[in-house]
Amino acid sequence: MTGHDRGYSASEMMIVAAARALAGKRVCFVGVGLPNIAVNLARRTVAPDIELVYEAGVFGARPARLPLSIGDPTIVTGATAVTSMFELFGFYLQGGLIDVGFLGGAQIDWHGNLNTTVIGDYERPKTRLPGSGGACEIAQNAKQVFVIMRQSPRSFVRKLDFRTSTGARVSVVVTDKGVFHRRPEGTLHLDATHPGITLDEVRASMGWEPRLGEGELVTTAPPTAEELRLIREELDPQGAYTK
Amino acid sequence: MLAPAAHSTKPTATADAARGANQTATDRRVSSGSKLASMRDAIAELVRDGDTVAIEGFTHLISFAAGHEIIRQRRRDLTLCRLTPDLVYDQMVAAGVARKLVFSWLGNPGVGSLHAVRRATEGDADPRLELEEYSHFGMVARYTAGAMNLPFFPLRSYADTDLPVANPLIRPIASPYGDDTVYAVPPLRPDVAIIHAQRADAAGNTQVWGLLGCQKEAAFAAERVLVVVEELVDESVIRADPNRTILPGLVVDAVVVEPFGAHPSYAQGFYDRDNAFYIEWDAVSRDEAALNAWLGEWVHGVADRSEYVARMRERLSALRPSPAPSGSVDYGQYL
Repeated sequence: MTGHDRGYSASEMMIVAAARALAGKRVCFVGVGLPNIAVNLARRTVAPDIELVYEAGVFGARPARLPLSIGDPTIVTGATAVTSMFELFGFYLQGGLIDVGFLGGAQIDWHGNLNTTVIGDYERPKTRLPGSGGACEIAQNAKQVFVIMRQSPRSFVRKLDFRTSTGARVSVVVTDKGVFHRRPEGTLHLDATHPGITLDEVRASMGWEPRLGEGELVTTAPPTAEELRLIREELDPQGAYTK
Repeated sequence: MLAPAAHSTKPTATADAARGANQTATDRRVSSGSKLASMRDAIAELVRDGDTVAIEGFTHLISFAAGHEIIRQRRRDLTLCRLTPDLVYDQMVAAGVARKLVFSWLGNPGVGSLHAVRRATEGDADPRLELEEYSHFGMVARYTAGAMNLPFFPLRSYADTDLPVANPLIRPIASPYGDDTVYAVPPLRPDVAIIHAQRADAAGNTQVWGLLGCQKEAAFAAERVLVVVEELVDESVIRADPNRTILPGLVVDAVVVEPFGAHPSYAQGFYDRDNAFYIEWDAVSRDEAALNAWLGEWVHGVADRSEYVARMRERLSALRPSPAPSGSVDYGQYL
């Protein structure tokens, strides 16, 4: 059974799972798309005091609409502070004030290292991807890194074509199939599958054999009616990222 | 004619990690008087074939007007620097003005790829656009080193990644005070920085609000600086709110007044980002013929920015936000 049959989409399940993992977090470095919705959902549910930080140079943002780009004017109006990018990356991020940074990528390996640079050879790539942006410094300097990405054998790979950012501080990887956590020994372990997802489906959608967590594999609690209402009515009313 | 350059003896241009330790301090002379110019004259005088050019602005305040004039004047072999090349460099690459990009994030923000750039960099592309890539903080640090006359800037990014392999100008260095290893990036000193702003006076004193990006760093690092503004204001307006000034006229060579000059990027308080344009660009940029037709109509097919604005007036008017004025502060009068 797919998420749609259950009354919510795979993206909505990912957003909800990521938002719940933000319980108790204080300062979060936000990206566009699913992370942006997840953090705004957390602020309305499990983390009311969370501060939204955008790499464009905003601390304490209160976006009134869903930003298409990371530098939308809505993140400025009503924010606590607007800073230069030097201050944002230097004082806030490298200075150690960020609890959680969100990343995604075209490829992830079982240590949580990410590739957002190229598919194929660096000099003559098959696909030229955007590159690091702020990713390599978020991965290096946030206290914890959350990854949100869909699973496929092409994206969950044994070996990255390029390592854009380190997995050293990745703590949670939320996918459309389940939730992985990084263990102290440096590998990702599957601790939960989303409702209706079997272990075989998880296996079929990744390029390495998933290691299971030490406890029993749990099933993620499905999105609540209130979580879905917030996503659909307030955070992404057009369904741009959540259909 | 343009006012004389306010600074003249800076060593030329681009990053060279081996050089820079003993550079002479910049000689910036105060030049008074009007620096107002037309975009045509400003680009003709300030941007030369082979130059390293930085049209900066992080999502906000990107001078598409200057980019289009550079295309119209058929500059060649430019090294284009920006954190996020954005549509403006996709257009400039498609138009053949660029030899190389120096950047940190190469995409159409919120949408996807810059397809003209991808065509020029993937597989067996020939001629191939040269790429030199960093991270966002790496690029900001490069401008900062350039502005501060430093031989490099240290940062903690890049550990445990392939970026220093892809770009050997990113180098590990040992701290002189302990066991720490950090990474160094070389100074970036563009020949020309082009900055869009909400307002400036005729002497080039420039004020910005909203996202600040790294325009200040890029401009102080550059040999020549062109400021493009939504609004020309009297010096008294600048002096009434000096905290908002990001550049003094001291470092500015020319001021061009070009309302809507950042479209489809935006100017906080003046007009919104034209997100629909960014989404529409994906299909245009995927198709080389469609892209050339777009350049033909909207760049080569108009004499200047005011013709572009006139033709797009309805679309642009719809981008005006409702007001949200700042509270004011009292600087006090000290006689």
